[in-house]
Amino acid sequence: MYELIQHLINGLASGTIYALVALGYTMVYGVLKLINFAHGDVMMVGVYVGYAVAFTLGKEHLGSVWSALLIFAVAMSACAALGFLIERFAYRPLRDKPRLTALITAIGISFAISYGFQFDVHGTIGGHELTLLPGAAARRFPEIIRPTQWLVLGDDDVIIWNWQVISFGIALSLMGALQYLVFRTRFGKAMRAVSHDHRVAALMGIPVDTIIAFTFMLGSALAAGAGILYAIKDKSIQPLMGVMVGLKAFVAAVIGGIGNLPGAVVGALLLGLCEEAVVGYGATALIPLLVLFLGVVAFEQWRRGGDRSKQVAVAGAQLTALLGFGWLIRNVNGSTWRDAVAFGFLIVVLLARPEGLFGRVQAEKV
Amino acid sequence: MSEPVTLGERVAREPMLVVKDLEVSYGAIKALRGISLTVGQGEVVALIGANGAGKTSTLRAVSGMVTPAKGTVTLRGENVTGVKAHQMVPRGMAHAPEGRGIFPNLTVQENLDLGAYLRRDTQGIADDAKRCFSLFPRLQERREQLAGTLSGGEQQMLAISRSLMSRPKLLLLDEPSLGLAPQVTQTIFRILREVNAEGMSILLVEQNAHLALELANWAYVLETGDIVMQGTGKALLASEEIRKAYLGE
Amino acid sequence: MKSLLPVGIAMLVLGLLQLLLGGSPYVVYLSLLVGVNVILAVSLNIVNGLTGQFSIGHAGFMAVGAYLSAALSLTLKDYKVGFLPGAVSDQLFFIVSLLAGGTGAALCGFLVGLPSLRLKGDYLAIVTLGFGEIILVALRNTEGLGGALGLSGTPQYTSFFMVWFWVFLVVLFARRLLASPHGRSLVAIREDEVAAESMGVDTTAYKVRAFVVSSFFAGVAGALFSHFQSIITPGDSFSFVKSMEIVVMVVAGGLGSTTGAVIAAVVLTLLPEGMRALFISLGGDNAALAQSIDQLRKPIFGLLLVLMMLTRPQGLFGTHEVWDLLKRKKGATA
Repeated sequence: MYELIQHLINGLASGTIYALVALGYTMVYGVLKLINFAHGDVMMVGVYVGYAVAFTLGKEHLGSVWSALLIFAVAMSACAALGFLIERFAYRPLRDKPRLTALITAIGISFAISYGFQFDVHGTIGGHELTLLPGAAARRFPEIIRPTQWLVLGDDDVIIWNWQVISFGIALSLMGALQYLVFRTRFGKAMRAVSHDHRVAALMGIPVDTIIAFTFMLGSALAAGAGILYAIKDKSIQPLMGVMVGLKAFVAAVIGGIGNLPGAVVGALLLGLCEEAVVGYGATALIPLLVLFLGVVAFEQWRRGGDRSKQVAVAGAQLTALLGFGWLIRNVNGSTWRDAVAFGFLIVVLLARPEGLFGRVQAEKV
Repeated sequence: MSEPVTLGERVAREPMLVVKDLEVSYGAIKALRGISLTVGQGEVVALIGANGAGKTSTLRAVSGMVTPAKGTVTLRGENVTGVKAHQMVPRGMAHAPEGRGIFPNLTVQENLDLGAYLRRDTQGIADDAKRCFSLFPRLQERREQLAGTLSGGEQQMLAISRSLMSRPKLLLLDEPSLGLAPQVTQTIFRILREVNAEGMSILLVEQNAHLALELANWAYVLETGDIVMQGTGKALLASEEIRKAYLGE
Repeated sequence: MKSLLPVGIAMLVLGLLQLLLGGSPYVVYLSLLVGVNVILAVSLNIVNGLTGQFSIGHAGFMAVGAYLSAALSLTLKDYKVGFLPGAVSDQLFFIVSLLAGGTGAALCGFLVGLPSLRLKGDYLAIVTLGFGEIILVALRNTEGLGGALGLSGTPQYTSFFMVWFWVFLVVLFARRLLASPHGRSLVAIREDEVAAESMGVDTTAYKVRAFVVSSFFAGVAGALFSHFQSIITPGDSFSFVKSMEIVVMVVAGGLGSTTGAVIAAVVLTLLPEGMRALFISLGGDNAALAQSIDQLRKPIFGLLLVLMMLTRPQGLFGTHEVWDLLKRKKGATA
């Protein structure tokens, strides 16, 4: 029982971090209809900025609330600036070009940032050792929040760390704030208008460029915050860390229905829990979840009506695929397969319910 | 380019909008070949013509949705050529675009609020919304409904109401009658007459030449990117050529 | 049999070249690398360029082909077809494992192609990326295939002739495809999927077929690759970086242009190799520099993509072939 609780907590903890990154993804997708592949790399840059600030402050100043706030603030502003630059110089010129062009650009930027950061560029200016680019080697992220045990159950069976609680709190409040921003404020109304049609939005007097730039900056700042939480959890940072986290966050956003803020959070928590389940109990732990998911989808299709025999055939095919999958992974060792969970999850969701859990199907404009 | 044929006498007014030698190209295709037109203060000016004549391009160039290749646009004495669309709104222009362009995932009320995006006077906005609801009572009933669930006619009413919300001096309307039942069209044109009577200038693009010419003080006839004829609405309605080409008689 | 004539000529020319190059192993090695990349680029171009879908997991298919064929060759290594000389028998088994690798990859292509039933553009890109990652995770965790350490000891069967014969085949296939009704349907899907569908093109079937064919050649390329590398590892040879390299080649050459893909693949393979060789030959001090050139390749590929999209999104040749441009020039001067 304690083991299960511990896994639940770990899953939620990593899920909340995915959630923060996923929120940025989903917001940018909302206003630009662009998968910002570089999002995870912006997050990585934020982590390194936070690392640099912590390093400059020195060990003796770390651990206080103020130093932590300073680290978050500097990293988030730096990433907001980076997000602004990326949007201004890479995406804005392509806004009215085919979407593929922007997608290729996004991949290119992701590549340039993540591999560019693998260079080790440093020198001495005025007697100070200065590192411009950190190099490929992993580094240890300093303890900017002193880890303490927030809650202990049983005989050290379940440990909840303070940073887990803090991340969870930050993620939930940011999600609430975003929801408020998008649905209750004038700015959010403008965002939603731009999301639907930026040309018409301009006719309302909405400064479209400003709205998009601001959304980008907001998403990038969120990513930086998430990145630092991730670094606190993982303790080790390296230039390629953003790629996998970014992809998983994207998967979470798609699972929840891309463009949907609460959906992104739910998708991210689900993903975190599933990964933890695989780590704890092996890949077969996912089978009940898959059965449930496919069952819900099948039920929904049944309710919608249509060709019954075809539905039975589809459900049969899904069941067979599932059993085959289960047989294949029955002996799989959990933790090494962790990274495959997100993509497997993604493919299943996209096959069975491409609009995501909470997304609405929208007719393609012709 | 020859001067367009002119029918009837135009009543002289202070100019609201002056367009001179406007050219618009999409890649290699020239949509407008240097047209000139004016809208006087308090005037309803109609642009009529067949599909692809350049009516929508004219509105788009005037409101800044596309940047003209040549020519000037002057709004109330200020040269606004090349000014971005969102900066035209504070200068007193509103454009209800082709295909209505309402925001389907926002409620009726939110659509109206967006029309007043640049205004800060909460009370004034509320009053104007009330006025829109009194013009189109159907919208009041659907106030909290998502705009995408409205019928075509209601969406057009919403589009017009939304453009009124910025309190424009000049209203650009693109095909307000498109796809609507005759009765709904009647209602909409009645309202247009009403807001015009209160002093708003209107530049109207319309396929339904009959309705447009009845409403318009002055009208231009566009053919493949050129203005070929202009005149008072009445004179054009009476013209043999117009009756044949655009009124189907 | 008119259609067999070019095959005969190609075999003859390649055979001669093989004899000529026999003496310089480094040139042969480079030509093998180039050839494999050309096969990869041309085959990816069938999906990304001709059909207008966007796959960014091509290295995954390559990996399937590489590992499947290598495993097969390792098992068959000690068997011979009795009445044939040893080398001929080896090549026969090699062809079998090449085809097996290609077929395995094609099967995966079918499975990945199926989601393109419903997905467009960016989603499909993510699914292919996910597929590539899953393949890597699977390979890393399969002890029988060497796991993370990689698979070594694969018999070195790959020859200049074999690689460039497959280059010839894939280019010929791409050309013939484009000229066929199949190819025109694919182009119709690229230009406007809705219009293509309304004209009666079964878009799903065509997209899946394009995927299958493209993955088959990627699998063959992987198989050729694994038979001249002393070791193949999931991390280096078939990572996301490799997929991106192929995408850059296709985009740089011009999505839809087969010759563009060929030229871009040749140039982008030789450029870093050539620079590295140059720096090493200049002296020992530059060895570190040579290594950082290798490192530089990745961020530069990224920047190259961005700059290209901003300045010339249609790539070097757009959808044209080299000879189209030559023809046009002639027409202009005449």
